[in-house]
Amino acid sequence: MSGHHPHPRQPDSEDLTWSRERLMAAAVEALLVEKRVVTSGDVARALDYWASRTPADGARLIARCWTDETFAARVMRSVNKAAGELGMDIGPTRVVAVANAPTLHNVLVCTLCSCYPIGLLGDSPGWYKSRAYRSRVVREPRAVLAEFGVRIPDDVEVRVHDSTADLRYIVVPMRPAGTEDLTEKELAGLVTRDCMIGTAVPSYDAG
Amino acid sequence: MNRYRNGDTVVVRAHFPPGHARAPYYTRGHAGEVVRITGPFPNAEERAYGRDGDREPLYRVRFRQRDLWPNYPGSARDTLVVDIYEHWLEPGSRQ
Repeated sequence: MSGHHPHPRQPDSEDLTWSRERLMAAAVEALLVEKRVVTSGDVARALDYWASRTPADGARLIARCWTDETFAARVMRSVNKAAGELGMDIGPTRVVAVANAPTLHNVLVCTLCSCYPIGLLGDSPGWYKSRAYRSRVVREPRAVLAEFGVRIPDDVEVRVHDSTADLRYIVVPMRPAGTEDLTEKELAGLVTRDCMIGTAVPSYDAG
Repeated sequence: MNRYRNGDTVVVRAHFPPGHARAPYYTRGHAGEVVRITGPFPNAEERAYGRDGDREPLYRVRFRQRDLWPNYPGSARDTLVVDIYEHWLEPGSRQ
């Protein structure tokens, strides 16, 4: 590199405007630490744990369901325990699996706020927390699904799960046709985050 | 002791108290079917105010979409399932 050229000034994070909510969270955290309810290390470890969760964990669980019927049955009884068999710690909040079938398509929402199986899928997408998704998917789920590119025939029941209390949900999608020869790892690659929310269905093109 | 069993028809109380409520507004006054009983969990509506909250059953209640929304645009088969604490439910009969 030679010569000088001007760099546009990039704002540091302190230069951005803080929302009321962000200020409140920072104030509460500072108070909790000051009053020795938690330590800064506790907060950092908790954030680190949540940041380490990704939809790849959920996808691995679903792929195992597709290749092992008895595992799938255990998932339907307790997702938390079954995830433990795969070495995943998805946290103490109880997660319930809802399975798609040829006559049933499940889709998840939390109309109250943003309840989501973070332990299995990582942080939720922005649209999941939006008022538009939360208010519309309960009263016109088929229109919302169509906007995601998912068209459900009228003879298939669309079942919306509104997660408003102590349970979290994960959709177990149907295994796509033509995937008999795929490995479990390849199958997991077909399972996207949205497939486990119900706003997508896994597809496979052997092409 | 659980007040309701799987298969029971229940009605969400048509009450609109101020403060933190977990039964979604759109379910109030509507009848649905108990499909799964979980809990007991401490009442989150109490915990929101820093109280411990009595432990009570949490029911998964399934509604027909056409019962919830008079102009529901989808299939008559479509349903919606919500988790509702026992104190929000009354015994009901399906219309």
